[in-house]
Amino acid sequence: MRNKYLKGTARLAGLASVLPLAGCDWDVLDPKGPVGDQLKHLIVESTIAMLIVVVPTIIMVCYFAWKYRASNTEAEYLPKWSHSNKIEVAIWGIPTLIIIFLAVITYQTCHSLDPYRPLDAEATTKPLEVEVVALDWKWLFIYPNEGIATVNQLAIPVNTPVHFVITSDAVMNSFFIPRLGSMIYAMAGMQTQLHLMATEAGDYLGESANYSGRGFSDMKFRTLAMPQDQYAAWVEKVRSSSDQLDDQTYPRLAAPSEAEPVKYYAHVEPNLFDEIVAKYNNGMVMDKSTGKMIHVQSAMSDMNMKE
Amino acid sequence: MLGRLSFADIPLDVPILVGTFLGVAVMGIAVLGLVTYYGKWGYLWKEWLTSVDHKRLAVMYVVVALLALVRGFADAIMMRTQLALAYAGNPGYLPPHHYDQIFSAHGTIMIFFMAMAFMTALFNFVVPLQIGARDVAFPFLNNLSFWMTAVAFALVNVSLFIGEFSQCGWLAYPPLSETQFSPGVGVDYYIWAIQISGVGTLLTGVNFFVTIVKMRAPGMTWMKMPVFTWTAFCSSVLIMVSFPVLTVAVALLGLDRYFGMHFFTNDGGGNQMLYLNMIWAWGHPEVYILVIPAFGVFSEVVPAFSRKPLFGYATMVYATCAIMVLSFVVWVHHFFTMGAGADVNAFFGIATMIISIPTGVKLFNWLFTMYKGRVEFHATMYWAIGFMITFTIGGMTGVMMAIPAADFVLHNSLFLIAHFHNVIIGGVYFGYICGMNFWFPKVFGFKLNEAWGKRAFWCWFVGFYFAFVPLYVLGFEGMTRRLNHYDNAQWHPWLLIAEVGAVMIMFGIVCQVTQLYVSVRDMKLAENRDETGDPWNARSLEWSTSSPPPPYNFAIVPHVHELDAFMHDKENGIDTRQAGGPYQPIHMPKNTVAGFFVGAFSFVLGFAAIWYIWWLAVIALVGIFATVIARSANQDVDYYIPAEEVARIENEHTRKLMAQAAE
Repeated sequence: MRNKYLKGTARLAGLASVLPLAGCDWDVLDPKGPVGDQLKHLIVESTIAMLIVVVPTIIMVCYFAWKYRASNTEAEYLPKWSHSNKIEVAIWGIPTLIIIFLAVITYQTCHSLDPYRPLDAEATTKPLEVEVVALDWKWLFIYPNEGIATVNQLAIPVNTPVHFVITSDAVMNSFFIPRLGSMIYAMAGMQTQLHLMATEAGDYLGESANYSGRGFSDMKFRTLAMPQDQYAAWVEKVRSSSDQLDDQTYPRLAAPSEAEPVKYYAHVEPNLFDEIVAKYNNGMVMDKSTGKMIHVQSAMSDMNMKE
Repeated sequence: MLGRLSFADIPLDVPILVGTFLGVAVMGIAVLGLVTYYGKWGYLWKEWLTSVDHKRLAVMYVVVALLALVRGFADAIMMRTQLALAYAGNPGYLPPHHYDQIFSAHGTIMIFFMAMAFMTALFNFVVPLQIGARDVAFPFLNNLSFWMTAVAFALVNVSLFIGEFSQCGWLAYPPLSETQFSPGVGVDYYIWAIQISGVGTLLTGVNFFVTIVKMRAPGMTWMKMPVFTWTAFCSSVLIMVSFPVLTVAVALLGLDRYFGMHFFTNDGGGNQMLYLNMIWAWGHPEVYILVIPAFGVFSEVVPAFSRKPLFGYATMVYATCAIMVLSFVVWVHHFFTMGAGADVNAFFGIATMIISIPTGVKLFNWLFTMYKGRVEFHATMYWAIGFMITFTIGGMTGVMMAIPAADFVLHNSLFLIAHFHNVIIGGVYFGYICGMNFWFPKVFGFKLNEAWGKRAFWCWFVGFYFAFVPLYVLGFEGMTRRLNHYDNAQWHPWLLIAEVGAVMIMFGIVCQVTQLYVSVRDMKLAENRDETGDPWNARSLEWSTSSPPPPYNFAIVPHVHELDAFMHDKENGIDTRQAGGPYQPIHMPKNTVAGFFVGAFSFVLGFAAIWYIWWLAVIALVGIFATVIARSANQDVDYYIPAEEVARIENEHTRKLMAQAAE
């Protein structure tokens, strides 16, 4: 009997927490991949934990102000009362307990959702490698293993983890696909990493979450999550493009431009990403497998470095 | 001759700016004309512009803050209107070049010239009176601080009509703010405005720190100090520790821009993350510099209008000090997404959450101050209660973003914008306006109109929710900040609601202006006069003087016996004023023109350096040094108010008090 009652309450509570989110297709709260899923749960959980204090506080503010209004002479009036150890313990204690709870969650999720940490799925599925370069004002995606590159369009196979390595060849940007989860900064001369995965096919917004100047508002891309076979077809489509990305075409692409249309490059200079990073580091780049700094043999040593 | 300044830098091709310029010019000429017509130049110069009286400086700071509020709000509503329009192929009415300047100016003005100026006004007016002092420790520096703030604000506004302002956001992150990406004068306007006002703020911090440490009335031990003074103290400490970091960060950016150095450039070994760390090592304490004094205001107002002492005074002090210390170890939460390791992020995330504990305690203290009190719903109290509700929500969303993993989807989104407006409008702004309503009769001797005060509150309160709840939603929908146009159909209705909120807030400001107008119009009415100096039956020493207080504040420095010194005296039949004397001559600082001239030369220096007019910069620099040397060499800086004059002023106030008591 008691058990049944508990179950009912649990179900109700569960329902209540989902209700405001059900039927809502707000990108961040309607994720299409495991990282976004965990983040959504984290946000909902922490919000509920805080509402335990926040809701009573707001109710108490309104209730006390009303009950003890000057015109209500019925209410008790203690003109000298200004201290109570019991209340002090409660007002320090209860928020402290909630913060301890949140701190534990924070520590755990900082590690489990560290953008540099490979996804669990990577244990069984080899991740797709994508190198991302933020340019003024467009996104360049290099697929090093496929030897292709695209501008402002990112295609990924569903249920395959993707390992992004991100840099910038202009100002700082932030690489963000709201439906998939975490963002991370793109900075010149530095490489940041991100692991994401889409579990549902779809066409998702990708954007820069850090203002980067005049053309910022149009610095966005579509993320096409598609089944493996369609993805393979997409790669072939890119390969059939007549454009190549090399020391001739790259500087033209890197020059500032706004609202850039999607571009496909059938072939890309193998070291391009490392060279972009290295040109801000006296030709050095960090080797991702060993963590050591190595010198990049540049075919584009005379590449027009933007001063 | 004019450096890089040429006629082409006057934006005659932007009708909005030409219209603004004409409006400002007409109003400026009208004001100057009126002052001339009434022959008030001498009065203005002698009694106000050169004044070292902390009470007068407070009024001048409020004038700057209100002008900044109007300018900053005009920017805000222009941005909201742009986003309500610029949807699905419509470019809106503000091209990126103009729009990017507007959001950069909005943030810069609201923080440095609206909030900081308002806060300094409250410090100036309240702190010396509350601790029973006759002025601040360094009255001349106080005047100088004011002029540095005022001219820096003027410099920002000059950028409207000559050249352009920064298009790099209110913190001018490199490498975008470096010459390579922002070759124009915009960032230089930003740099010079920040540096000049930074000098003023730093001096203010030093001034109030020394004032509070050294100049408290006899008997006022640390734990008998009013809470507002405590918050001013903590805020001053934060200013002294953090503003030098801002000055250095912006100076290094200036070295990059002026001398081609490489502190934060992409190449040459520069590191933009160094700038981010430095600017936020200042920037996070800065938000506490602003909000802690607002907490102080509520700690004075809520007891006064609940007819009870503050609940948990000691806890309040400890909580304030805890916030002061903790605010220095949280700055990385502004850029969790730069890719620091999990442990670094966890440390700064948890440190941030810990701040919410003492902050929460403060909120409960105000709550239990109302508990079993007699809460009077004065307009002042509306702002306080509105604050408690709004700030609680802002605190919650702040803790959400303090969880680094959650921040990875909320960072730089409109959720963030909603959060910090939630705490800055709901905390800082509500607090300062609450304080303005509370102390206004003390400043001028008459009360602010309550009906218009309440109307202003409701417009702001409801307008705030309309303007910013949609932004929380938009954050969840993946909309990032600083977008100029968009094509997402989902976002559009929310941005329309936000525009409605901005219009409501505009009505709030209109109500506030009306409130000032009506109050001045009706200042002579008996029910609006404050003859006793204690219109709210309040608790601390500032209410023991006349309204407005005499130039020397206290004829006889009061003796403090208890916390809530004035209330203690009232309850025990002690005459805090010690009316009847005997009075001594009072030593006072003389007014000085030095602050004005250092300020004016700093303005010229900034302007000349922005436009590379080097000969003018040299003249201005020489002018600054010459003024400072002349001031230092001047021995004629003080005077005495004779005892007879003190007795005359005091006896007159005593007569008024007697007349009131007889009624």
